[in-house]
Amino acid sequence: MMTKKKKWVFGIFGLVLVLAWLFPFYLMIVNSLKPKREIFTNTLGLPKDGTFDNYIQAFQDLDFVKTLFNSLIITVGSVVFIIFFSALAAYALQRVKTKLSGAVFMMFVAAMLIPFQSVMIPLVSIFGKIDQLNRGGLIFMYIGFGASMSIFLYHGAMKAIPVALDEAAVIDGATRWQIFRHVIFPILKPTTVTVALLNTMWIWNDYLLPSLVINKEGKQTIPLKMFFFFGEYTKQWHLALAGLVIAIVPVIIFYFFMQKQIIAGVADGAVK
Amino acid sequence: MSAKKSWFYAFTAPVVVALFCVVILPLLYGLYFSFTDWDGVTVNAFVGIQNYFDVFKDEGFRSALWFTTKFSVVAIILINVIGLGLALLVTQKFKGSNFLRTIFFMPNLIGGLILGFIWQFVFTKAFASIGSALGIESLQIWLSTTQTGFWALVIVMCWQMSGYIMIIYISYLQSVDESLLEAASLDGATSWQKFWRVKFPMIMPGFTVSLFMTLSNCFKLYDQNLSLTAGGPYNSTQMVAMNIFNTAFAQNKMGYAQAKAIIFFVIIAVISLTQVYLTKKREIEV
Repeated sequence: MMTKKKKWVFGIFGLVLVLAWLFPFYLMIVNSLKPKREIFTNTLGLPKDGTFDNYIQAFQDLDFVKTLFNSLIITVGSVVFIIFFSALAAYALQRVKTKLSGAVFMMFVAAMLIPFQSVMIPLVSIFGKIDQLNRGGLIFMYIGFGASMSIFLYHGAMKAIPVALDEAAVIDGATRWQIFRHVIFPILKPTTVTVALLNTMWIWNDYLLPSLVINKEGKQTIPLKMFFFFGEYTKQWHLALAGLVIAIVPVIIFYFFMQKQIIAGVADGAVK
Repeated sequence: MSAKKSWFYAFTAPVVVALFCVVILPLLYGLYFSFTDWDGVTVNAFVGIQNYFDVFKDEGFRSALWFTTKFSVVAIILINVIGLGLALLVTQKFKGSNFLRTIFFMPNLIGGLILGFIWQFVFTKAFASIGSALGIESLQIWLSTTQTGFWALVIVMCWQMSGYIMIIYISYLQSVDESLLEAASLDGATSWQKFWRVKFPMIMPGFTVSLFMTLSNCFKLYDQNLSLTAGGPYNSTQMVAMNIFNTAFAQNKMGYAQAKAIIFFVIIAVISLTQVYLTKKREIEV
């Protein structure tokens, strides 16, 4: 058992580390509340006369309501399709034991080794030729890139579901779709949460792929808009910092409500 | 195959089609392009392995590869040491340890691009301000030299990924049987001995996972590189991913860039497979 003194030592050490960890956030927030000049004269301290003006302008310049909406469409659309199609495929791949099935599963696992940069140039070229450099094309691409890991996770979880359940349902005259829909998919729910969170974290924050596919005025997601915004205001830190704070607020709110599931999901996703 | 199995095709078709269009076809197409002088629109000539020869003579690519390797080695070691340290800290049962976990993990929620921008402010303005207050010149020119740019990238990556790696180690630490630790205590083992002899072998599999993750994240790094240093000064902090991107989309040498991309793929695949193989082998020995 730990002694009381030892607990204090850990507690204080932890507190110091947390403060160090939060230091960049502290700097970002306090300086986002300062007028332009004060950032240069008083970078480290609290604002002397705080102002929300930076936020009002950054919010407008980021066209934030629209940008947030764009991010939501892409992320939710992609994640829903990834979940549905990956769970469906994992069910078939795990239950059917043929050479073909094994080979298809291995192909998905192997695809995880391919870095995005290795396929990005031809990918953009192909989708450009068939005129699919748009939201639909982007969501389709996310299914292709996201399926591997998601199938892998579902496949692992499927092993724990007894085949007897399927067999009983088949005898009752259920189709494979009905078995998946009413028996298997509900049991996979914990894995679905993990798959949803991991893919959300990735797609919400992704910059490179959307920058090549939907980088048009009015379609930009938060990271894309932030890149432009930052380029415009690179010498105007008061606006740039307010913009950064606005950009991360949705994520922090999400984290606040979902932290248990997120941390559990990350552990699950990594360990399996 | 019998009609009975038709559902198998129906269930797997959507993801197979997506994977084929998004990964496999571009990879094969890219392999072909890497042997041509493709400029993004037309292929004028088949140049054989000329592009690959040129890549190895390309100073920019070589320096990016070297920079990426150095960065990855340093970052992987630091991230794993810090991540394991944090995991050991927050698994001690003291008040607020859950809160610490939440905070250490938080940077992972925010994308690399935005994190890079936040740190750009920290390095250029806050460090400069501390530097001028203390009269330390090197703090004032952060991000404008190759050396400090390197460490800036390492710091940001550690700050971001240590919390992620911490979570992985925590899940292995929690699988350590309490009764083993109690038995060790009864036999008079010190905390240090308990760590090395009991916990450490149990978390060995965690290394496979953590090394694989940090390696692939560090080697493929792009967003933080773009938003923090953008490769500067004079491309000296440019990493491989950015070098490929710029060759393709800034210089329009698509075929040539694709040869780099194929080399990049081979490097990543070889490192990852070797590492998984070696760590798996070691686990069995332990």
